[in-house]
Amino acid sequence: MTNDLALQAIDLVKYFPTGASKILGRPTNSVRAVDGVSLTVQKGTTLGIVGESGCGKSTLARLVTRLIDPTSGSVLLDGVDITTLSGSDLRKTRRKLQMIFQDPYSSLNPRHSIGQIISQPLAIQHIVPKGQEMARTQELMERVGLNPEHYNRYPHEFSGGQRQRIGIARALALEPTVIVADEPVSALDVSIQAQILNLLENLQKELGLSYVFIAHDLSVVRHIADQVAVMYLGKVVEIGPAADVYSRPAHPYTMALLSAVPVARPSERGNGHRIRLVGDVPSPIDPPSGCRFRTRCWKATDLCAQQEPVLAPDEAGRVVACHFPNEVPVSLGIRPS
Amino acid sequence: MSNTSVLSVRNLSVAFATADGDVIAVDKLSFDLALGETLGIVGESGSGKSVTASSIMRLNNSSSATTTGEILLEGTNILTASEDEVRSIRGKDVAMIFQDPLSALNPYYTVGHQIAEAYEVHHHGVDKSVVRSLVLDMMTKVGIPNPEKRIDEYPHQFSGGMRQRIVIAIALINQPKVLIADEPTTALDVTVQAQILDLMKSLQLEFNMAIILITHDLGVIAEVADNVLVMYAGRIVETSSVSALFAEPVHPYAFGLLGAVTSLEASDRGQLDTIAGSPPSLISLPSGCSFHPRCEFVEFGNGKCVSVVPELRSIGTLGSSTACHLSDDVIVSLGRKAARA
Amino acid sequence: MFIFVVRRLFFAVVLLLAVSFFTYMLFAMLPADPAALTCGKNCKPDIIAANRIRLGYDKSFLEQYWLFLKGIFVGRDYGMGAAAFSCAAPSLGYSFGQHECVTTLIAQTFPVTAYLSIGAFILWMIIGIGVGAIAALHRGKWQDRAASLFTSIGVSLPTFYIGLLVLFSVVIWLRILPFPSYESPFDNPQAFLQTMILPWLVLAVLSAASYTRLTRNGMLEAMNEDFVRLGVAKGLRQRVILRRYVMRQAMIPIVTIAGLDFAGLLGGAIITESVFSLPGMGRMSIRAVVESDLPVLVGTTLVAAVFIVLANVLVDIAYGYLDPRVRVR
Repeated sequence: MTNDLALQAIDLVKYFPTGASKILGRPTNSVRAVDGVSLTVQKGTTLGIVGESGCGKSTLARLVTRLIDPTSGSVLLDGVDITTLSGSDLRKTRRKLQMIFQDPYSSLNPRHSIGQIISQPLAIQHIVPKGQEMARTQELMERVGLNPEHYNRYPHEFSGGQRQRIGIARALALEPTVIVADEPVSALDVSIQAQILNLLENLQKELGLSYVFIAHDLSVVRHIADQVAVMYLGKVVEIGPAADVYSRPAHPYTMALLSAVPVARPSERGNGHRIRLVGDVPSPIDPPSGCRFRTRCWKATDLCAQQEPVLAPDEAGRVVACHFPNEVPVSLGIRPS
Repeated sequence: MSNTSVLSVRNLSVAFATADGDVIAVDKLSFDLALGETLGIVGESGSGKSVTASSIMRLNNSSSATTTGEILLEGTNILTASEDEVRSIRGKDVAMIFQDPLSALNPYYTVGHQIAEAYEVHHHGVDKSVVRSLVLDMMTKVGIPNPEKRIDEYPHQFSGGMRQRIVIAIALINQPKVLIADEPTTALDVTVQAQILDLMKSLQLEFNMAIILITHDLGVIAEVADNVLVMYAGRIVETSSVSALFAEPVHPYAFGLLGAVTSLEASDRGQLDTIAGSPPSLISLPSGCSFHPRCEFVEFGNGKCVSVVPELRSIGTLGSSTACHLSDDVIVSLGRKAARA
Repeated sequence: MFIFVVRRLFFAVVLLLAVSFFTYMLFAMLPADPAALTCGKNCKPDIIAANRIRLGYDKSFLEQYWLFLKGIFVGRDYGMGAAAFSCAAPSLGYSFGQHECVTTLIAQTFPVTAYLSIGAFILWMIIGIGVGAIAALHRGKWQDRAASLFTSIGVSLPTFYIGLLVLFSVVIWLRILPFPSYESPFDNPQAFLQTMILPWLVLAVLSAASYTRLTRNGMLEAMNEDFVRLGVAKGLRQRVILRRYVMRQAMIPIVTIAGLDFAGLLGGAIITESVFSLPGMGRMSIRAVVESDLPVLVGTTLVAAVFIVLANVLVDIAYGYLDPRVRVR
C-alpha cells in the first residue's frame, strides 16, 4: 500500500512569528498558518485542497515543496523525508516535486526567452546529455501545446493561458512525479481555464503524474480532483473522495462552502435552501478554542468550544473533524449524483 | 421599455490612442436599463466590459480616450454634459463598486470620513451630527456590526468582505438610481461573495435601483442578473434574459462559455469543452466577425463570417438577440444542445 | 504611541553612545600623537609633555573616553593652578588649534549653518514639490519634460561647480550682489539676506531635483490607485482629490527623505559653506581636518550624529501620523 503513495505529509505545522514585545522586539505571537495537517496523495491521482483565504492552503503548498521549512512534521516523497534533506540530496529529490504558480507572468523571468526558461532546469540538473537541451525543450513545448518555433520569444509576447503553459513545461522539464499547483487557473479567463485544466488532465494520463491542486474555486477542484481536502484556519476539516465530499458533505463548513457557490446551470440549482455563513474567518493568530469553525457554525454547542474535534471517520465513513457531522443524505442546493 | 428606462446607451464607442495605433475597446454598444433591473455584462478580459462601465461615469482618461455615442441618464447625455454636471451625477445618481475592496478605500482616512465625504459632496451645509447618524445608519444597513465603534476605524482594520461593505455604503449613501458593480465579488472568498451578493439584492429592492453587474463568472450572473449582455472584443454578441441564456444561448461564443464552466457535479470527469485559442488583440482584430477564428461553426456562415461584421438581430422566442451569421434555426438548435451539455 | 516614542528615544541614546565611542576612537587609532599637535611650530618636548598631561592624553583610551563622556554632562576642568581652565557642561572637549572649548566654537558656528539649512530647506521643499506636482499634472507635456530636464541637471551638477559659477556670474561679473560676507541677521538683516540668498538658492535648486522626481512619481502612482478612482466616482472635485487622496500618499516617502536630508544639512553644509565663505560648522570641520584639530572633529561629528538620530525618530513619529497603517496601537 505504501508503494502507491506519491506524497505524504505527516502532521505538518507552520507557525509564522509575529508581533514584537515592547522593549526587546522578540516575537510574542505567531500566525498558526498550518496547524497539524496530514495528507496522502496516491500515485497518478489528484488531491484537491480547497478553502478560503487564510486557511493555510498556500502555506501548505510551500511546505510540501519545501520552499519553506516546517515548524514540525515531515513530508515523504516516495518514502524519503524531504524535510531533513539538504544540499545535493535535497536538490536531487526535489527534482521530483515541481510547482506551478497562480500568476504565470510574475513567475517567469521577463529577460529570458521561453527556450531559456524551459531549458534552464535541464542544464542545471543534467537531465539530458549536452547538446540535446534544445530538442528536449521543443518537445516539451509541443507537449503543452505551444508552438516549438516560438522558442526564442519572450514571456510578454504570450497571452496568460500560454504563459501558464510555459510554466507547466518548465515544471515538466525535470520529469517530476508530483506537481503542486497553487491556484493555477484562477487568473485566467473561463475559456482559457478549461484549456489548462484539460491539459493538466491529459498530462496526468500520459505521464502518470500526481497532483496537489490548490484552488479556492470549488467547481474547478471538483472537476480535476480525485480526493478533496477542505481546510479551515490551518486545519483539514474534511477529506475524502471528491464525489462523496461534494454530494454528501459531512462538515458544516464544507456544506456552507458548497452552498455559497453561485451555480451557473439552472439544472443544478435546487430547492433554494441556502446556508449563509455570518461574519469572517477569525484571525489565525488567536484561533477560537475547541473547534475553530464554531464561531460561524450554526450547530455549535458548548462541547465545540471546549473540545477540539479530531479528524476521523464518522458512522458513514466520511473523514471529518466535527462533533456533529451532517446526516446523510443532506439536501443542498445541489442534486445528489 | 424605453419609457421606464433610467439609463439608455446608444451607439457607444470608445477608442484609445496607444503607441501601436488606435484601439477600439467598445464598438457601437446600445442597451437600456430600467429601475429595479439588474443587467449583467459578461465577457473575458479585453471584451470592453469595464471600459463600458467607466464610460457611464465618464471616468476614462479624456486625453487618450475618444468616446462617441450617447449615454442618457433620464434624458441627460452624460457624454456631452459639462464637467460640473457630470460631477453632480457621479456618486449621486450613478455610483460604482470596484473589484478590489482592499485598494478601493483611501488608507489615510477613517471609513466614517469616507462615507460621510460621499454624502457631503452632494449635500452642502448639512450638520455634522446629522451626517454621522446617516453614516451609522448606512453602515448598519450594509451589515457592519458595531458601527458606533467601527466608524472611526481605518480601512486596514477591516477584512476584505467588510471593506466591500464599506464601498457599498459609500456607493449607496446618496441612494443612486444606477449602481455599477465592476467584478464586485471577484476578489472575495466564496462565502463572503454569497453574503455580498445577497446584500446587493436586498438593497436593490429597498432602494429600487438599477444595477449593472460586470463579471466573468456565469454563476454570479445566474444568481443575480435579470438580463445579460455577452461581450466579445468590444462588441455585444448576445443579449438575453438570464433564463434564456442558460436555456437557449444564441451565440457560438456563449455556447463555448457555458461548456467551459466547471460544475460542482461533474461526476463523469470528462474533458471540458473549450473555446480554442485566446481572445484576440484589440490592436489587430480579425476581419468580419471577431470571433470567427475561434468559432467551430464558421463553415455554416455562408462565407460571411470572415468578411462581414454581423449586426445584432432578434432571434428565437425568448426575446434574445444575436450577432451571428448562422441561420436562426441552426443557432437555436445548437444553443439548446449547448445548454443541455 | 507614548511607549513607542519612549522606546525609540531609548534606542537613540544607545546609538549615540556607540557613535560617540567610535568617533572618540579616532583619537586612539590615529598614528599622530595628539599632544604633539597642540603646539605646532613652537613645540618643545617639555611643552608637549605638559600639554599631554593638561589635556589628559596621558591617560588610557577608555579613561579618556570616560572623561569625555562625563564632560558632556558635568563640564570639564583642564590642568591645575594658574594654567587651569574649564569648559562648562555640555563640554565636547578643548580645541588646541583655536584654544577654545569645542562647545563654544560650535555655539558660534551652528547658527550660521542653521540659517543656511532652514532657508534652503524651505526653498527646496517648495521648488521640489511644486515642480514635481506640475510635472505630474501635465504628464507627457512640455511642463513634464522641462521638469525632467531640471531634475537631470540638478542631480548631475556638483554644488561646488554651480556654486562657484553662480558666485562668479552674479557677484563678480553682473555685480548684482556684493561679495558674500556673513553678518548676523540681528545686527544687519540686509547684509545677511544679501549673503544668504545665493547659497540658499544654489543648495535649494540642486537638492530640489530629487524631490521633484519623488513628488512626480509618487503622485502619478497615487493617481493610478483604485481609491483615487473611487474619489472621482464619488463626485469629488479634483482639488480635493489631489489634497486628500493623491498628495497624502505622495508625501510619505518625501517626509522620510526630507527629515534625513535636513538633519544632514544641520551637521554642516561643508561645500556650500566653503564656496560662499560662510562661517558655519561645515567650514569649521574642514579647517579642523586641515589642522588636525581632533577635538573639534569629534565634537562636530557627534553633533551631526545627534541630528541624524533625532531626525530618524521624528520621521518615524511623523510616519505613524501620516499613515494609519503603521500607527502603533
